[in-house]
Amino acid sequence: MSAIATGGRRRGTSRLGWNLLGLLVFVTAGFPVYWMVDTAFKPAKDAIDPDPSLLPTGLTLDNFHRALDIADFWGPVGRSLIVSLSVVAIGIVVGLLAALAISRFAFRGRKIVIVGILAVQMVPAVSMIIPVFLLLNDLGQYDKLTGLIITYLTFILPFTVWTLRGFVVNIPRELEEAAMVDGCSRTGAFLRVVFPLLAPGLVATSVYGFIQAWNEYLYALMLMSQENQTATVWLGNFTTKHGTEYAPMMAGSTMMAVPIVVLFLLVQRKMAAGLTAGAVKG
Amino acid sequence: MSAADTTTPAKVPPPRPAPQRALPDGPRRGRTANGAPVPWLLLAPCLLILVLVMGYPLVRLVTLSFQKFGQSQLWGFQPAESVGFDNFSTVLGDGEFWAVVLRTIVFAAGCVIFTMVVGMLIALLLQRVSGWLKTLINIVLVASWGMPVIVATTVFKWLFDSDYGILNALLSKLPGVELIGHNWFASGPQGLAVIMLLVVWGAVPFVVITLSAGLTQVPQELEEAARLDGANGWGVFRHVTLPILKPIIVMLTTLSVIWDMGVFPQVFVMRNGHPEQEFQLLQTYSYDRAFVVNDYAQGSAIALLTVLLLLGVVAVYMRQMLKIGEVE
Repeated sequence: MSAIATGGRRRGTSRLGWNLLGLLVFVTAGFPVYWMVDTAFKPAKDAIDPDPSLLPTGLTLDNFHRALDIADFWGPVGRSLIVSLSVVAIGIVVGLLAALAISRFAFRGRKIVIVGILAVQMVPAVSMIIPVFLLLNDLGQYDKLTGLIITYLTFILPFTVWTLRGFVVNIPRELEEAAMVDGCSRTGAFLRVVFPLLAPGLVATSVYGFIQAWNEYLYALMLMSQENQTATVWLGNFTTKHGTEYAPMMAGSTMMAVPIVVLFLLVQRKMAAGLTAGAVKG
Repeated sequence: MSAADTTTPAKVPPPRPAPQRALPDGPRRGRTANGAPVPWLLLAPCLLILVLVMGYPLVRLVTLSFQKFGQSQLWGFQPAESVGFDNFSTVLGDGEFWAVVLRTIVFAAGCVIFTMVVGMLIALLLQRVSGWLKTLINIVLVASWGMPVIVATTVFKWLFDSDYGILNALLSKLPGVELIGHNWFASGPQGLAVIMLLVVWGAVPFVVITLSAGLTQVPQELEEAARLDGANGWGVFRHVTLPILKPIIVMLTTLSVIWDMGVFPQVFVMRNGHPEQEFQLLQTYSYDRAFVVNDYAQGSAIALLTVLLLLGVVAVYMRQMLKIGEVE
């Protein structure tokens, strides 16, 4: 808050102006989320009021009941959980090993590996859907959760490696070296010194990877059949030929978004720090 | 910036000398020369997965785009035969393709610029508002950042609904505006503008939070010194803050370019899975060719051209990322 302290001396009078502008940002940025939750709890007839009230008009759970009825909800959620948790569990271990390799070792080919990992991240996932679809089809992994898990792994791995690298390089090498001078093996130094310092970063990266896997849409749509759909695809059930049931759809959206947003609130500070730490040093 | 740029080594302006921040630990890694296999062992699982599930399809994408591959090849009724550059000449000779390319570039550029400018302004604003408001704004930003793209798209669809959408109702309250029943998606440019708003709304929080974190690292003394030397607010920003933030800005722009060129679900879901011709961006166009027209080869050719185009755009920034990787 030191910035505020210095600003406060000279511009105490203009603080009100900044705050008004800040409130405007607050309202604009928050409105879509507010409106989603507001619609979700609204009686269905108020949701299609041609002159809608901006404030909550009532509190009902009808839309949630309707959302749960419209198509199986817990099946898709369960499948999404299995996929996302597996992706994270595998991704974080594999990613950490790779991150250690590129941040703590000098070896021939290191640069190529880094370029490769960065380059992979730049290939838009959508471009790969055709060959991945054909590949999984050939391997008999179409409509299988394992196929989806392997595919998502390749999406989160580059990001995981790059982010963890940021966390690793922020841990002074001297700490590790001191432990080794004191008689620790390289592995011992890592487990006793680096790992505890890295833990918060690992948690944050895991949660972020989880969210990415959970939110993926296109591959879930293309690689899974209707009866094996995941949570994001489930949300499409509200739009039929006859129109869209908006109020239950907002209830469904709320159910999908709230757990993810809460998770996100818990870890984002760590994530942002990890992402920029490496950058500022450059 | 064209695809041709990928073939020539990226010309990057020489890095501006880093603002005076001492970097005590330069590249200092000896001692590992004898342990050469260790890093490769650590890397092995990661590389294995990437090569199998990313490398192979990438190669397949290339071979596919030189074949004739439609429904009958998919079911194995006919072998896929090579057709040379036919797919590419068909795609490149198609006026619609070029319209899509242009639309995608304009759309992505709009998203990136809009995101970065709004993000920077909000980050600077956050330094000047009261603590409680800063917390509130941060919570809202993180909430909208964390919103699954599909949920956000669904919500925007509801906000912009022609009959019951809140936006039309609110805008119609303004004097002289009558928008009840207005369909925002009747025309491509207007619909894409709404989608751009959606993309920017989702992307700004990441930029704001990252830039805010970066701003806290700008040494107070430097800003104060610049002020004492007579720099005004803009001068301080331009000559002190911006150079220090440059690595972050470059990184954010890179990521934004990648993400915004890859926009797919927003358009796809907003148009109920069947984007009209006016809404097609490169990604949806490739998808459309492959899975709607069932010409997988042509779809692959378009996807490949997209990747090349993107590499051209991003090649310049890649070096910056590498520099970050080099430092430690």
